[in-house]
Amino acid sequence: MELTFYITSAVAVIATLMTITRFNLVHALLYLVVSFLAIAVVFYVLGAPFIAALEIIIYAGAIVVLIIFVIMMLNLKQESVDQERKWLTVKIFIGPAVLSVILLGELAYILSTSESVFQIQPAVEAKAVGISLYSTYVIGVELSGILLMAGIVGAYHLGRQKRKVTHRFLEKEEE
Amino acid sequence: MNTIPVEYGLALAAILFTLGLISVLIRRNIIFMLISVEIMLNAAGLAFIVAGAHWGQADGQVMFIFIVTMAAAEVSVGLALILQIYHQLKTLDSDAANKMHG
Repeated sequence: MELTFYITSAVAVIATLMTITRFNLVHALLYLVVSFLAIAVVFYVLGAPFIAALEIIIYAGAIVVLIIFVIMMLNLKQESVDQERKWLTVKIFIGPAVLSVILLGELAYILSTSESVFQIQPAVEAKAVGISLYSTYVIGVELSGILLMAGIVGAYHLGRQKRKVTHRFLEKEEE
Repeated sequence: MNTIPVEYGLALAAILFTLGLISVLIRRNIIFMLISVEIMLNAAGLAFIVAGAHWGQADGQVMFIFIVTMAAAEVSVGLALILQIYHQLKTLDSDAANKMHG
């Protein structure tokens, strides 16, 4: 069963290596998602299934989608239709697809084997995490709330576009 | 019950962190730098999970939740900054933003 860990580690390292060497942003994000999925499998094998789900939902889901949205908003216009047609070839997504198939094979193997051997380390349940989170680390939870609030306000303030309004005599920045 | 040596997990975290650090250093595209910071944060969280699994405690997972929270706040503010930089400088080159007048 340790083989799962080693294969997944190799997948994670290869995907990260491909991420940092791509020239195209979307290709890099494709490999980044595979890297996050592989690290989620590592978390599962290490006995943290709740954190594995959180990794997929927040990192591979929310954060990568946020980056994709910003890439779309930036609208780096370089004949994007032709470029899109050129990008949608097999050799672009064959690398992430192969790495994902390796992870899928591991998932099938884990699901097909019996309940007792699917994790190498003894699992730390989500219940224990929740109890620890809301008893020992409750001040950290509140500080995280404040941090997220500051993040929302900061992102709104920074992301707001100032529109320039030109009057006949005066020129002013409209909020 | 057979277990993975803790050194291997920490080595994986170190390799991923180093890859992210190298990418921050060699890239000039500012979105790539943000992605690299995400890789580094993820590697740090992986180190926490490995240590928590080694000791069988929940503290490592709690720390990972905090890291995820911080990463979410960081990436939202960072992307808003990238939008502003792109609208003002019309480029994603991080070296173009070396003048601090708005």
